[in-house]
Parts: sequence; C-alpha cells; structure tokens
Amino acid sequence: MAIISRGFHGRRPAPGRNLPPGQYEVHDFPVLSAGPTPHVTHDEWEFTLTTETSARHTWDWAELMALPAETPTVDLHCVTKWSKFGTHWEGVSLDTLLADVETAADFALVHSYGGYTTNLPLADLLDGQAWIAHRYDGEELAPEHGGPARLLVPHLYLWKSAKWVRGIELLLDDEPGFWEGLGYHSYGDPWREQRYQGD
Amino acid sequence: MDTDRTSAQGTYEEYETAYEDGNTLGGPLSEIFAVDLTAAVGRCAGCGATGPLARLRVYDRAPGLVARCPDCSRVVLRLVRGPDTAWLDLQGAASLAIPLGGRG
Ligand SMILES: [Zn+2]
Repeated sequence: MAIISRGFHGRRPAPGRNLPPGQYEVHDFPVLSAGPTPHVTHDEWEFTLTTETSARHTWDWAELMALPAETPTVDLHCVTKWSKFGTHWEGVSLDTLLADVETAADFALVHSYGGYTTNLPLADLLDGQAWIAHRYDGEELAPEHGGPARLLVPHLYLWKSAKWVRGIELLLDDEPGFWEGLGYHSYGDPWREQRYQGD
Repeated sequence: MDTDRTSAQGTYEEYETAYEDGNTLGGPLSEIFAVDLTAAVGRCAGCGATGPLARLRVYDRAPGLVARCPDCSRVVLRLVRGPDTAWLDLQGAASLAIPLGGRG
C-alpha cells in the first residue's frame, strides 16, 4: 500500500530536473566573479597541461579548434545556491586532451587567466565528465562567463568550473585552490552538499 | 605556474558595476572585529600602495568577499562566511594601521 509515498513523490520535480539539497532554480545565468574580467584574445590564448615531471603539453586556439568537439547539455549547481537546468555547451573533452599525456598524478590544480585556481581529483576530469568549453548556447563563450574558454565540470559545484582557463597542473599531492584554501570544501559534490570544509 | 599572480596575464576591462567599494566590508568585518576596519590603513603586499580599506575594490558576487588593491588589482583581503565559521585571509595585506579613536 502506497500510503506514505504519494505526497512525497508529488512534490518532486520531473526526472532529470532534481535539485541538489539547499539549491533553488534560476532561469537567468548569474555572473559570479572574484575579480575583474580578463579579456584574452584568441591570438593570445594558450592552454597548457603540466605533469608532475614538468612535462608541458600546450595548445593554442587553432589547435584547440582542430580537436573534436562535444556538445554536452548539463545542469549547473553554484555553491551560492542557484541551479540552472539544461545548459548547452560546446567544448573539447579532457579525455581528448589527456589522451597522450603520461602521468601518475591523482590530483589536478586548474589555473585561470587572472590568477584564479581550483583543485579536484584527476579522475573527475576523465570519463566524459569535463570539457574545455568554448561555446555556450550556440555562441562564442562571452568573457563574463569565462570566454575564450572555461573548464566545465558540472557534477561538482560551479566554482570548480574555472572561467578563463589557461592550464591544468597534474600533481601527486592535492593542493587547495582559491576558495578551497579559505573554507570551501576540497571536493564540492552538490548532491552531498559539500559546501564548506567539514561538510 | 604562479598562483599568486593576479594581474600579469591578459588585459582587463573594468566593469563599473562589477565591484563595490571597500565600505562593503564594514558589515561583514564588524561581526569579527570590535573596531571599524574600513578606516584602517592597509598596505598592499603586492605593490606597496597604502590606503584605507574603504578604497579597496570588493567583489561580492562570489562565494566570498574578495577585496582587491585599486592600483594593482591583487587580492588584499578575502572573507568567507560559513554557517558557523568565518575564514579571513589577509595574506595580501602587508600591514594594517587601525585608528582607535582617542582611546588611551
Ligand atoms: Zn597593490
């Protein structure tokens, strides 16, 4: 007998539109930033993967554009409690960029133009979970949303999806990024509500 | 890669509405300190510029407050307010001179 489940299910959003705990839905795209917006031209732009042995793999804009692109549609969850469903992106999978990179690293520290950093386990960049995104909603990615290119790693809180990405350091030991070094959770899983250290 | 460098890469176009002035720090800091720190004179660890905290550019549409030097844009002060802990980072402030208003 379904005595207790009806009311509970009746309040749930449609499948695929579930909100993580403590979040609310927005329909606009709020712009969050910890500093002035860097304006990097395609000519200046470079992306560098650095391994734990200091081996460097660099792509310029033309080289990034020459790689196969994917078009993920994903939900975004910001630690400031807004979530945005069904956002459309185009970008290069980190699986593609890391395919020829030899590393024994378990951790990654992401660097942005402007000085921002964020850390995450290398495993969370692999297996179709992360992209270097350069188009949003069919347009070139605007500077206020992280253009020319940003990291997109939507299964973690959005502060991990570093705007204006310029490189990723692969590390043997975890190193806290800009917010992780000041109270925010090292991993940041929205479904486990890992906002702050100790959550 | 240099994680401390905040302004050496790329060029910036300032959005006038993107930050607030340093008086924005008054409320959040008053929760932690008994004196008004917006009048305190700080020295930027990056470029050495001095000025009251009220002169900093505060980016508050973010997971925390980020106060940057108006001269070199480096981070001078950061504040994160969790449910039961506040985290304050003053790494970018070489010193703070705090007026105590005639006490003593
Ligand atoms: Zn300065």
